[in-house]
Amino acid sequence: MIELKERTMKRPKCSDPVILNLWHPLAAISETSPDIVNETVLMEERVSFAVGADGAIAAWRSRPELAPGDEVEIGAIEDVLPVKNAYGYLWTSLGTPPADLFPIPEWDEPDRRRLNAATIGVFVSAPRAIENFLDMGHFPYVHTDILGAEPHTEVKEYDVDISADRDEIIATRCRFYQPMASTAAQGGMEVEYIYRVPHPYCSVLYKSSPADESRLDVIAIFLQPVDQEHVRAHMMLCVLDERSEDKVIKRFQQTIFGQDKPILENQYPKRLPLDPRAETPIRADKSAIAYRRWLSQKGVTYGVIPAAT
Amino acid sequence: MLDTAKNRWHPIAAAHDLPFRHVFHAQLLGREFAVWRADDGYVNVWENRCLHRGVRLSIGINDGRELKCQYHGWRYANRTAGCTYIPAHPADAPARTITNRTFPSAERYGLVWSAEEPEGEVPDVSGLTEGQLLVLRGIPVNAPADRLVERLKSYRFQPNDRIDGEAAAVTLEAEGEFSVALRARDGSAKTLCVFFVQPVDSNRSVIRGVLDRDAEGAHRLSILRHHNERLSALRDAAERQAAKEPAPPPIDPTFERVSIELSEMPELAAHGRKASLRVQVARKWKAAEGIAAFELKPLKGLLPTFQPGAHIDVHLPNGLIRQYSIINGPGESESYIIGVKLEPESKGGSSVLHETVREGDILAISEPRNNFPLRRDSIKTLFIAGGIGITPLLAMAQALHHSGLPHELHYFAQGKEQLAFQDRLELLRDALTPHLGLSPAETGARLRELLTGYRQGMQVYLCGPGPMLEAARQIASVLGWPETAVHFEYFKNTNKIDDSSSFEVALARSCVTLQVPAGKTILEVMRENGLDMPSSCEQGACGTCMATVIEGEPDHQDVYLNEAEKRSGTKIMTCVSRAKSARLVLDL
Repeated sequence: MIELKERTMKRPKCSDPVILNLWHPLAAISETSPDIVNETVLMEERVSFAVGADGAIAAWRSRPELAPGDEVEIGAIEDVLPVKNAYGYLWTSLGTPPADLFPIPEWDEPDRRRLNAATIGVFVSAPRAIENFLDMGHFPYVHTDILGAEPHTEVKEYDVDISADRDEIIATRCRFYQPMASTAAQGGMEVEYIYRVPHPYCSVLYKSSPADESRLDVIAIFLQPVDQEHVRAHMMLCVLDERSEDKVIKRFQQTIFGQDKPILENQYPKRLPLDPRAETPIRADKSAIAYRRWLSQKGVTYGVIPAAT
Repeated sequence: MLDTAKNRWHPIAAAHDLPFRHVFHAQLLGREFAVWRADDGYVNVWENRCLHRGVRLSIGINDGRELKCQYHGWRYANRTAGCTYIPAHPADAPARTITNRTFPSAERYGLVWSAEEPEGEVPDVSGLTEGQLLVLRGIPVNAPADRLVERLKSYRFQPNDRIDGEAAAVTLEAEGEFSVALRARDGSAKTLCVFFVQPVDSNRSVIRGVLDRDAEGAHRLSILRHHNERLSALRDAAERQAAKEPAPPPIDPTFERVSIELSEMPELAAHGRKASLRVQVARKWKAAEGIAAFELKPLKGLLPTFQPGAHIDVHLPNGLIRQYSIINGPGESESYIIGVKLEPESKGGSSVLHETVREGDILAISEPRNNFPLRRDSIKTLFIAGGIGITPLLAMAQALHHSGLPHELHYFAQGKEQLAFQDRLELLRDALTPHLGLSPAETGARLRELLTGYRQGMQVYLCGPGPMLEAARQIASVLGWPETAVHFEYFKNTNKIDDSSSFEVALARSCVTLQVPAGKTILEVMRENGLDMPSSCEQGACGTCMATVIEGEPDHQDVYLNEAEKRSGTKIMTCVSRAKSARLVLDL
């Protein structure tokens, strides 16, 4: 009885209402064994989830009677958290989430390959990982001979806006010379990118598709905040590539992410400093500057070091 | 005890932790350091954070002269920690200096010492003589420094020369807040062992031991093993004890805020000088004493065509823009080659090219412009170069040489070592005459000899220091050279510019009239009003921003136009020259 009371009375460990009320990804649905209890950590709290063979999904704050590995009937689980099945992942919230998650219209195009490239744990805050995802200047140094190569180090002027109709950051006209932009690319080319940040911990990238010049490949990063300084990074792909095997496409993205991980884990402080005087930006960091301001304006405190007021 | 610790020197590494081109990750009182030795021997102790995005510099690359951040390739200079290169922005770099935080460093007793704000010098330790010491392996311990100092007082060991014995008597010779000196005696053998305890954090330390005498070979190894075993046992006991006690909270280092200037995203450079080309430094070499040569290759495609006498603007990593003549001979269209003399009073132009820019770097340059064109219809062409003034004339001489047109190249320099591009000079054979080590008076006399015998159809091209050009132009005039046959290019305009006048400028073709106030140039006012105008040196030396005057009297302040051109009043350098009349009408 006491135990139950404690559970229902329990206050979330994250006191940032902005982040608390967001949808957060927990796992790729296609990679979750059906009708079994799985457990993960979201914002310092143990959260269990299950995916039914019939496609039903559920998430709840972990409790002893439903231990990881237990078989479970999803419809019978009580006291559940809100859930959403979107872009191949199970999303939940520890607060009161909005009705909809941000849109990615390309997800519904029938000829695209949709897959979870990887889910990787990284010892860094979610906002630092977003900034890395938005950054082109590191391509020649961190992703040498794949996404960039010396001497093509210049980051050309690009545009950053806060979308008028949606509360999201959009960076356009991002151009960078890439020796091997994707598994379908042959040789180097100048690639054009569009970045969206529609959620404080999620970003969506559009890049010219080597398979179809008129369309864009979509690569997204959805960060699950384990705590303020740890994430599980879920990488979603929605690309035009009829030839490569899944494992080849995944391996490419895993290689890229594997190169970023040691850099991210050596960033200090791990939480993103929002004080403009904490670090020195250059013009190439325009999107990161907009992102930091956007987080400040929203009043985000989780995963960041808020600017002193 | 830790309150005043930041004012004392502490060891943060052993000298042997800094092998060739390594970066060592050190920590003191919660603050991390990137410690690296440059090839000149200097030990740098820096905040372990790139100022750009906070990445640890201890994972950076020590290239012997600079430390390069892994994340974006930013380079920081030995000693000053000033950022010298930001690869993402070869052009439009702001003229600001990004400097990483540095800490004092000293090497003593085989250890590297530092502190946040040390007072005085590294303390003298009696009994330790530099060069004879044996530095023990640093022993990291998860325990507070004061606990270790207490334990070390009762540390027992054998003197070096009785390392296998067991009977040594150990006496405490001295102790401090972070140090203990012990002497072991066994018969006639004795060894002084001094321990410095480095407070890494409130609950972590490194024991750094130094013995007063070194040893060799197997004996040395057995001494090291002896201490390693005993210190490991001491560590285990200290950690067991520390684990039982409440751990003090870790020390949170404070990071200095960057200046407001550095915290803002720099605006796009508004100088209006465009750097449309990106080139890579394919080769950098010494062309002569004090002169560095650079071969610049395009990142893609072909470089634009240039003529002999043409120059390019080079946009430097520190935001400065400098002009250099292309020295290539005819047909050498694969790259541009420039020669840069290190100016003793460099404001950061030539010194950056000499000291910072290196092979592989990207530079932004303008398209080549030729404001010093070469006539090829002359019966004989004289080239008179002073010092680095050789550069445009070398391109010209090679062009005439290749076409078999008559010419002479007279190259005035201090000595043979100062003659740049020897390989190219040699190809000119008899056309080349060096004039070495002449005084100003001797130079004047030699110029008189060279310029004697003007015949119609001859041309002379001059490039060199201002006084030499003045003298040569004067002599040529006296010896009957018409102004139209005397071509010159100054390195810079040394005239004092008077910009006190204010006047009106009407641009005939653009149909606008602009007011030029005192303190602003015609060029600046045009740009403020959205009118584009090419420019290069912006000091009245290169001729790029020249405009045709339709009406009004120019107030010439440049060194580009010759006297006849100035008298005619038909041309004006919009970057420095102004109006004597209340109104100028320009054909723009």
